[in-house]
Amino acid sequence: MGIRGLKNIRDEYDVIVIGAGLGGLTCANMLARRGNTVLLLEHHTLLGGLAAYFRRKKHIFDVALHGFPVGMKKTCRKYWNRDISDRIVPLTGIRFDNPQFQLETDYTKESFIKILIEKFGVPQEAVAEFFEHTRRMNFYDGDNSTTRELFQKFFPGREDVWRLLMEPITYANGSTLDDPAISYGIVFSNFMDKGVYTFRGGTDLLMKMMEEELLKSGVDIRTKVLVEKITMENGRVTGVMANGEHIRTRAVVSNANLKRTVLEMLDEEAVPADFRKQTEKLRVNNSSCQVYIGISENEKIDFIGDLLFTSTAEKFSENLMLDKNVTSRTFSVYYPSIRPEHNRYAIVSSSNARYEDWSGLTEQQYRADKEHLAEDTLDHLEKYVPGIRKKIDHLEVATPLTFKYYTRHIGGASFGTKFEGLEISNRLPERIPGLFFTGSVGIIMSGWLGAANYGVIVSNNVERFLKNSNG
Amino acid sequence: MSKSQLRSIVTDIIKSIAPDEDLSSLDPEKPLRAQIDLDSMDFLDIVMELRVRYNIDVPEADYPQLNSLASTVNYLMPRMQGV
Repeated sequence: MGIRGLKNIRDEYDVIVIGAGLGGLTCANMLARRGNTVLLLEHHTLLGGLAAYFRRKKHIFDVALHGFPVGMKKTCRKYWNRDISDRIVPLTGIRFDNPQFQLETDYTKESFIKILIEKFGVPQEAVAEFFEHTRRMNFYDGDNSTTRELFQKFFPGREDVWRLLMEPITYANGSTLDDPAISYGIVFSNFMDKGVYTFRGGTDLLMKMMEEELLKSGVDIRTKVLVEKITMENGRVTGVMANGEHIRTRAVVSNANLKRTVLEMLDEEAVPADFRKQTEKLRVNNSSCQVYIGISENEKIDFIGDLLFTSTAEKFSENLMLDKNVTSRTFSVYYPSIRPEHNRYAIVSSSNARYEDWSGLTEQQYRADKEHLAEDTLDHLEKYVPGIRKKIDHLEVATPLTFKYYTRHIGGASFGTKFEGLEISNRLPERIPGLFFTGSVGIIMSGWLGAANYGVIVSNNVERFLKNSNG
Repeated sequence: MSKSQLRSIVTDIIKSIAPDEDLSSLDPEKPLRAQIDLDSMDFLDIVMELRVRYNIDVPEADYPQLNSLASTVNYLMPRMQGV
């Protein structure tokens, strides 16, 4: 994708965007549409960031395609184009299977209300109040309570209900019961309301269509370009050093890791000491492991659901979900309907993981641990797809080290930073004039929808800056 | 520019952002969000359109002033001079 290396670029740009995740892509597209000259730099060969895919033999594996909220349809229509928006379709089968309950849902509000009342026996009033309360939650209310307190208030002692409401969100963005209730409420209202959606055609087609749109908008895209430094003069951003070359720009938008942007890309003396300290304390979210399972060409699997939240743990536990001894897995099942002309099945198993559990191992131990994870995953999948071992022709594991390699995120973080990152991101342009950040900071601005929308929000801030600095 | 001209400028922008909404029966005094389906990104779109079309800068602190059609018109009135 794109042109590799820094060939045929301008001497100077209005904006350079570092990183081609969904936030960087959307921000670049909006800025170019408004007539700014934009250079988008990506260190990898492919666009998308964690909205990634890769090919092996005759398989195409999607890293994060299942699924996102319906709002993505509107966001793509407004900030990309109608063709992209029209390909967004609902998933129908979302299953939960754990020692506390087994159920199937289409992830709509109606379905959750029915399940909570009929299956879990929660009084109707409590369910209605919970939905109303989360819907009304406002980011600016300054509510400091935690998600645990929120659940305790509406569903006291009902850990099975907590699990139903929390486990998918923990998978989706790494948040915990001790994160702010407000960020949970907003994500819950977005997600567990009108269903879960996916992109018909796969991540590869989405990225191809986005690249075409970017080129139409006039963005210069260059891949295999690693930004080493953001340069400053007289207290404001003047350019970037990338692949050993200096490129001048009036503003930089970073879609890289927030800590890396502030602590590594800027010279130490360029960052006010208090801001540096605040950024050093910023916590990154956990990482992930994935197992990619390719089904042989002539094999089929029956419909077992699109998304299976499975766990063998007795109760919901964020720590157990991160444990290297995996008990909780999400199986994303990709049927031929996602890429009709391709006609292959694939299953991707995802679990949350800690970087430190996988780093510092000997090569031999690392290989052995990966193999153990792959085999253990197949053992669990056997319950849902009997005879799975005979049906597959590709098996591959990604660990937190893999995520780090492709995204260059500190700790291989697969969900950006904790919520305090939003404040740092918001204040960045005040502290470092000309530098903006778009990327997952806390769970509101994360996931496909949050990332794309944050790109738009930041594009507005960049435009204001460019206009005002024109005098 | 008169208030009614300004009101039609604002409704034109809203129409471009929410093409499926019926704006003919909007009560100018009532909050927009209580009457039509506008989310926070739609509000941002209104702000961005005001800048692109009329070169008006609305800082984030002023967003609450775009609550209803009438308050939006009052807010924009002094800022539209010379446009």
